[in-house]
Amino acid sequence: MHRWQLALDSLWPLARAALTGTIPLTLISFAIGLVIAVLIALAKLSSIKPVSLFGAFYVSLIRGTPLLVQIFIIFYVFPFIGITMDAWTCGIIALSVNVGGYAAETIRGAILAVPKGQWEASATINLSYWTTLRRIILPQAFKIAIPPLSNTFISLVKDSSLVSTIGVLELLRKAQIIATPTYDFLTLYIEAALIYWAICIVLSFGQRRLENYFDGHATV
Amino acid sequence: MSLLSVRGIHKTFGDNQVIQGIDLDIEPGTVTVIIGPSGCGKTTLLRSLNGLETPEQGVVSIDDIEVDYASKPTPAQIRKLRSKTGFVFQAHNLFPHLSVLQNITEGPIYGNKQPPEEARALGRTLLEQVGLADKADAYPGDLSGGQQQRVGIARALALQPKLLLFDEPTSALDPEIVGDVLQLMRKLAREGWTMAVVTHEIQFAKQVATNVVFIDQGVIVEQGSPQQVLTNPSHPRTREFLRRILDPLADEESAS
Ligand SMILES: Nc1ncnc2c1ncn2[C@@H]1O[C@H](COP(=O)(O)OP(=O)(O)O)[C@@H](O)[C@H]1O
Ligand SMILES: [Mg+2]
Repeated sequence: MHRWQLALDSLWPLARAALTGTIPLTLISFAIGLVIAVLIALAKLSSIKPVSLFGAFYVSLIRGTPLLVQIFIIFYVFPFIGITMDAWTCGIIALSVNVGGYAAETIRGAILAVPKGQWEASATINLSYWTTLRRIILPQAFKIAIPPLSNTFISLVKDSSLVSTIGVLELLRKAQIIATPTYDFLTLYIEAALIYWAICIVLSFGQRRLENYFDGHATV
Repeated sequence: MSLLSVRGIHKTFGDNQVIQGIDLDIEPGTVTVIIGPSGCGKTTLLRSLNGLETPEQGVVSIDDIEVDYASKPTPAQIRKLRSKTGFVFQAHNLFPHLSVLQNITEGPIYGNKQPPEEARALGRTLLEQVGLADKADAYPGDLSGGQQQRVGIARALALQPKLLLFDEPTSALDPEIVGDVLQLMRKLAREGWTMAVVTHEIQFAKQVATNVVFIDQGVIVEQGSPQQVLTNPSHPRTREFLRRILDPLADEESAS
């Protein structure tokens, strides 16, 4: 019975950690990560060799190393070069850089999936490269990329728990803090798991709505 | 003086010599119809006129812009040349995520930096001209093939180019709506637009063309008035081509 009481008492503190930690952490990192992803995707697609090599290097490095290691490196590299950075900022940087590497491949594929005729038509109406991207190609590419990007987003919600290791106060860290004096880690971890699960169920539902919405303006 | 002058265009894909030395002049206010068998290089020629294709050799000048492909023109030079032309694609290539009106105003607003209000007013006028005034807010996917192609034409007109290039604008359309698009093109010709049209519509060529150019295997075999080229062709290859498209079954008959 004691267990249930503990679970009940910690429900709101955990939910609050999700609302003020996990969710903003995920949203901010995803937004920054998307910007990185678009830039890296364009770099990989560039006809300038050093630029495309850099893009390929970035993707390979990010996808070829564990996120946990990336988090630790970013956490320790700033003090090493003499910059003070709080755990939150480090966490956001690490997650953004990571999402950037994964989403870059998705976005690159989506850009390539937009028919070549769209570029050509844009060229014939005097649009520059960047205007063509912004107005014509990326909106269509994002539509194509929504299902895989939603999956990336949902993974990020779960992966954000890894920044608990550098002391960012999000859902998992909060669960650990509550559990420590009681020694009842099992209860708190199960509870944290259920909250992650609930968030992901809501997000999957949102994902389906979003896809249906975009299906409205399908291709010609 | 010619509006368009083309000298010595050569274009190769791999070891496929697609255009093998083409010269062409187009006078302002005229309609040039380009005909020829499939794969003879019509599309490649048309795309070379505005730099969608980059030939290895040749000089294209439109209005006051000249591009010499042999001397590696910069993207900026190509853009200047291209801005003299409007292009209507066989597959129309409309922007599916933008409304019909936005498809038309996109170039004026984001390419030519015209005030949006002015561009939209022009866009609505153009939609009226192509008979789609009530479709401004529809999306391309909601239109029929003929309507889509008329939007494609309006999009090209919106930048008020000196030269309109049409690449088989009716080939992808159902037969009963081909007429709508051809009539619109005839109207544009009468309004004085300078047009180069790749098409297999011989009736259109006879009625609307000032000049007909017959291309085969990457060279101009014969050109002249519709009367000369279509009614009394002097070259056997022209006669053979016309016989085949005017009477597609003839070959079978004589072969069997
Ligand atoms: N991008 C390309 N790459 C390789 N070959 C091409 C390309 N575009 C056209 N070709 C070839 O060039 C030839 C002429 O094509 P095209 O100009 O489209 O002919 P047409 O429009 O007269 O049917 C064809 O043999 C075609 O296969
Ligand atoms: Mg063609």
